[in-house]
Amino acid sequence: MPRALFQKTGNAVYISHLDLMRLFQRAFKRAGLPLTHTQGYNPRPSVSIALPLSVGVESHCELLDFDLDGESVPCEEICDRLNSALVDGVKVLAVYEDGIKIKHLAYLDCRIDLEYDTGIPDSAQDAITELFARPSLTVEKKSKNGNTEQDIIPMIRSLRLEKQDENNLCIFARVCCQNPSLNPNQLVAAIASYLPELTPDFSKCCRLEILDQGETIFR
Amino acid sequence: MTELLQRILPTVQKPARYIGGEYNEIIKDPAQIRVQVAFCFPDTYEIGMSNVGMRILYGVMNEMDGVWCQRVFAPWGDMESAMRQHNLPLWALESKQPVKDFDMIAFTVGYEMCYSNILNMLDLAGIPLYANQRTGLKNIVFAGGVCAFNPEPLADFIDFFSLGEGEESTVEIVSLYDRAKAESWTKEQFLLEVSKIPGVYVPSFYRHEYKEDGTLAAIVLENGAPKTVTKRIVEDLDNAYWPTKMIVPSTEIVHDRANLEVFRGCIRGCRFCQAGFSCRPVRKKSPDVLYRQAVETMVDSGHNEITLSSLSTSDYRGLKELTDRMIPYCEANHINLSVPSLRADNFSVELMHKLQTVRKSGLTFAPEAGTQRLRDVINKNLSEEEILTTCANAFSGGWNNVKLYFMLGLPTETDEDVLGIAELVYKVIQTWKEKASNKKRGLRVHVATAYFVPKPHTPFQWEKQITPEEYLRRCRLLKSHFYSKSIEYNYHGPDLSRLEAVFARGDRRLGAVIAEAMKNGARLDGWDEYFNYAKWFDAFNTCGIDPNFYTVRGYGEEEILPWDTIDVGISKKFLLKERKRAYEETATPDCRENCAGCGAACLLKEVSCDA
Repeated sequence: MPRALFQKTGNAVYISHLDLMRLFQRAFKRAGLPLTHTQGYNPRPSVSIALPLSVGVESHCELLDFDLDGESVPCEEICDRLNSALVDGVKVLAVYEDGIKIKHLAYLDCRIDLEYDTGIPDSAQDAITELFARPSLTVEKKSKNGNTEQDIIPMIRSLRLEKQDENNLCIFARVCCQNPSLNPNQLVAAIASYLPELTPDFSKCCRLEILDQGETIFR
Repeated sequence: MTELLQRILPTVQKPARYIGGEYNEIIKDPAQIRVQVAFCFPDTYEIGMSNVGMRILYGVMNEMDGVWCQRVFAPWGDMESAMRQHNLPLWALESKQPVKDFDMIAFTVGYEMCYSNILNMLDLAGIPLYANQRTGLKNIVFAGGVCAFNPEPLADFIDFFSLGEGEESTVEIVSLYDRAKAESWTKEQFLLEVSKIPGVYVPSFYRHEYKEDGTLAAIVLENGAPKTVTKRIVEDLDNAYWPTKMIVPSTEIVHDRANLEVFRGCIRGCRFCQAGFSCRPVRKKSPDVLYRQAVETMVDSGHNEITLSSLSTSDYRGLKELTDRMIPYCEANHINLSVPSLRADNFSVELMHKLQTVRKSGLTFAPEAGTQRLRDVINKNLSEEEILTTCANAFSGGWNNVKLYFMLGLPTETDEDVLGIAELVYKVIQTWKEKASNKKRGLRVHVATAYFVPKPHTPFQWEKQITPEEYLRRCRLLKSHFYSKSIEYNYHGPDLSRLEAVFARGDRRLGAVIAEAMKNGARLDGWDEYFNYAKWFDAFNTCGIDPNFYTVRGYGEEEILPWDTIDVGISKKFLLKERKRAYEETATPDCRENCAGCGAACLLKEVSCDA
């Protein structure tokens, strides 16, 4: 099945996963690229997006698998035609004839911006680095079946902090993204629960790259 | 640092409705713009973006050179709290500019229960609520939509109303504003000139005087205002503007599909129905034009569903021709064609089979009343036999789901009529037992009753609304006669319909009530999550206004009615005649069978009524 790599930036980050699926289905139609439909009582266009993205999270490495009906169209043309039918903030970066099975997807590189409106507290960088160097760190995880505790340390492959400016401290982390997966926002939740005085005024998250088990780029 | 709105958005429900940026959104260069119009829909994005009228006028205004029309919707409660907490004023989706920066502020008003939203949106925008507090030409507030057919409850807040279909009049209004702004007119000068545009009603040019009993004593004209203002219509729909490049929302809306209006007006004359009278005369669109617009819309939007809309689509003469052409196109392109508002006739059943849409939605009938006698009173030409025959057809075709809609509190209604609903429902169940081809899953009959609201410009505009207590008694009476497990009965609570009745036939004195209720926190009244009758009850008390005056009292035929200034083309003589026929239990044939002389044909100059 062909695969598209796309990014979700700007205000498009507020489009939910389900809405994004609908948006792509319509974009394919507008682009004159008919999708095959699932069989059955209620046929649906075959598009699927790996690793549903939380609302508000930016990404430069989203994968969309789809299946076109009719004559084959060159990948570059699919890419161009889709982009002219998409909205601002959703942009296809490349289309591949086929992709590696999603089950081999293992890690995610992300950036988390911690914004401190009155300046980054002096102790912040060291304290946060130390926090994530602990042998274990349980954070409450909200799920449909109530809240559970989750030790996030085993799911952090690597992590570093970088001061962007006076107000913005950046976390760059490589985390597990499948079986089990760590929502990068949990890193902020850990700060808020263990270092409440270092809770940022605002934080935002961005997916930078996805990788396989061997930590090479996944497509 | 991340700006304020971007910090708020992740914390609210469904943030995608606040960001704009959808496919086909219109962005213009502000440097080229002379008139900025903030087009406000007084409800949420999901409701407003489903409104065809708004889409038409958005397109119409944006076709104008030097004019940029942008959309504004009411925020949900969580967003409103955040906006108030951070002093973030209401903005338009396209440019994110505050509404306060716009020249003209337009509202489309389709439902009485959004009146609090209009005031709340002005307040969130930081614009004075009362028309007389806004002294300049900037921020002029105007409104249209079906509620403008009785604009009086909003008269204190809205500078002028645009009555009827706006494709042409909106261009005239905005062009006049363009000139007024260029020539630095005062607001007074502009209102005087705009009142000369046919279809424009300037409420401040009319002084309402009341008698001691609270009814109107006189409507005094000022500034040379016309005695009546006649609504505008578009005569030639084939050549009228129709937006085939529609905004495609990036988030799910209520009617998440393309929409094609097949004709305007209605030939039916149901005596309770405001749209049925106020949208006359009947004007058609040709199947050729519709097919072309349908394909253009589908290709451009990428929607997987299109709906044919009108007040009664079965009455569209070209329906067979149009659907015969559309069905193959839709099937080839994986598009659902949905045709709501079909009557229970043979062709409709055949069509529903072809479309397969019934499978999803089930059959829906709106007999409105339980006995033939009462259906004759309200002129709902749907017989028991038609309902049962259609049900029999559908049940034998494998369908097991029926929805039946009724009203309680209709004029002359007795307990016998109420129980007639139960009898009809049992006949439907009996029909299923006899005809169903697939009984494994059982039958579901959804019955819903609404509380009758008398509306202006209908033969029932003088009628009493029954008391809420009596309405609830009738609901319970009906409920006690439903024994079958197949029946699911829902009835609307009375409070909302009672308020709707107050404002539908309300006068100018209600402006104070709306302002007070809004101050008490009334908003999003159309939503169960927010509607709170106590806020309104307190507002009535504070303002010393008795809601019963507008509901259970009934209006006298000799009374001056608050909406007497507004002419929708239907003569009062005709409405009175129809009212008399209702009490005589006499049905009036549909307009196609025999023109009843409602008067709406007088609005036409180039074509004749297509009833």
